[in-house]
Amino acid sequence: MSVHSPNPALILQNKRWNGLRNVLEREGPFCKDDFSASSDNLEFLQTNCKLLVIGAGGLGCELLKDLALMGFGNLHVIDMDTIELSNLNRQFLFRRTDIGSSKAECAARFINGRVPTCRVTPHFKKIQDFDETFYQQFNLIVCGLDSIVARRWINGMLLSMLRYEDDGSIDTTSIIPMIDGGTEGFKGNARVILPGYTACIECTLDLFPPQVNYPLCTIANTPRLPEHCIEYVKIIQWDKESPFGVPLDGDDPQHIGWVYERALERANEFNITGVTYRLVQGVVKHIIPAVASTNAVIAAACALEVFKLATSCYDYMSNYLNFNDLDGIYTYTYEAEKSEGCLACSNVPQTVTVDDPNTTTLEDVIKQLCDSPRFQLKNPSLTTVMKDGKQKTLYMSTVKSIEVATRKNLTQSLGELGLQDGQQLTVTDVTSPSAMIVQLKFQGNEIEMV
Amino acid sequence: MIKLFTLKQQKKEGEQKGSGGQQKKASAAQLRIQKDISELNLPKTCATDFPDPDDLLNFKLIISPDEGFYRDGRFVFNFRVGSNYPHEPPKVKCGTQVYHPNIDLEGNVCLNILREDWNPVLTINSIVYGLQFLFLEPNPEDPLNKEAADVLQNNRRQFEFNVKKAMRGGYVGETYFECCLHK
Repeated sequence: MSVHSPNPALILQNKRWNGLRNVLEREGPFCKDDFSASSDNLEFLQTNCKLLVIGAGGLGCELLKDLALMGFGNLHVIDMDTIELSNLNRQFLFRRTDIGSSKAECAARFINGRVPTCRVTPHFKKIQDFDETFYQQFNLIVCGLDSIVARRWINGMLLSMLRYEDDGSIDTTSIIPMIDGGTEGFKGNARVILPGYTACIECTLDLFPPQVNYPLCTIANTPRLPEHCIEYVKIIQWDKESPFGVPLDGDDPQHIGWVYERALERANEFNITGVTYRLVQGVVKHIIPAVASTNAVIAAACALEVFKLATSCYDYMSNYLNFNDLDGIYTYTYEAEKSEGCLACSNVPQTVTVDDPNTTTLEDVIKQLCDSPRFQLKNPSLTTVMKDGKQKTLYMSTVKSIEVATRKNLTQSLGELGLQDGQQLTVTDVTSPSAMIVQLKFQGNEIEMV
Repeated sequence: MIKLFTLKQQKKEGEQKGSGGQQKKASAAQLRIQKDISELNLPKTCATDFPDPDDLLNFKLIISPDEGFYRDGRFVFNFRVGSNYPHEPPKVKCGTQVYHPNIDLEGNVCLNILREDWNPVLTINSIVYGLQFLFLEPNPEDPLNKEAADVLQNNRRQFEFNVKKAMRGGYVGETYFECCLHK
């Protein structure tokens, strides 16, 4: 008599998601209203939900590992960087033989080989290389970035993808939540951003620590710290002597070597000690030593928020988690408020209707902005982004050289200026504390469509 | 809390609605600099020059002091506003060779708000006033050109003479200065 014994691998496979099933297939007192316990939740996570992880560095490696092991099946990752020796202590998806290869590609290969339920698609590119058609495909975006510029860029991109109803409210289907993690040594933060709804990167820009800058005169004449000597070589001596005929590249060992030698000479001259090769690297590239455990904590907090947002099994965080384990552990979560004057997210485009773009001139539009009770502007300046992505100044009366150069635009029709239906203009005026967005709506078009 | 799960199911529909080839949006730095530029309130001794009126991120500021040591001079500053403005200050260099304790011969300017005291609430206008002030009250305490600072501290008459000589075009010590008198 033979007993048909089940395949042990299959048993393991079935058991594998038991933890998630307990959470996703049972009602609980803390579930959100729109949560319904069902096996669909797990399936959504494993098959339909498409996530983008930006950055495959310290946070990115942790995030990819967390999300893949959590059951997410469809991940994309973007990173423009290649692997360096100094990454290997904490970026555990990479090995010594990977040095010089793309972080995104290596990380994807590792996860794909290790976690069979997850497919990671790598993009060895800059985030700026993609447009909204790329970002549109994702349900959620998680960021493990080390740059404020990149955060501001993706923030601006997600905000620009919002669509508005006729009454000015946001079309909720156009929102792509962004979960942003950041670490600096023993300090870190994780936050949930619902573009247009909750505080965005630009609303809380002042939360980012300012870059350390030493007074130029101290650097030039009264250096006291080894950093002053390095900054001197970086800012003043490099341009003056131009040793390699190119701008300083922090990743070029020859460049760093030169800076190190000169900084050492200067330090000796002023009896300053402490200039080392590592310090030179650190100062030139603004490096703050990364701590693996901080990355792990912050990535875990971000992955948990992704899970909650994707499944509705519990309220997502509102909205800013602060973490510090420099001395004991301190953590605090609070709600960062949306800034009313935020340049990026409080800028709901205001519509201006134009009868016929071929007879309406720019001057007519400006007149409308001044006369209309809705705007009552005094002396508006107008710019726009043209179809080719170039910035264009349409008219600015307050700066003489620009006024002269743009005066001819006033008498041109909107059509002649290349403006299109739905074109957004950036308008600044003394009557408003920040720039506003005005969207042109061509009446003629509307009629044709009917 | 908004319902995001329902949102996901509507996603496909939303994608179709999404207009292809949407217009690029101006960056936050761009919005802010437009505000700064359109509200520039220049003293009569200052003027701006935008070589490309479509590019508000790169421009020149010309200062022609009407009093003090630098009266009748004309000094050009090059402003470069980066994509991280106003989190980071613009890069400002003096394009005119000048004999000045706080400006070196490479055009580096020692002005606190351009570096260690920069703050996002400051504007291009704040920098203009800061630069203008440097010409009215050169500060020998924080020198970038140490020789000039020493002269200013020890012998104001000599300093004034050196400034005039440099502005007319000529040698001060070992250094030759081009003429920068306002025509």
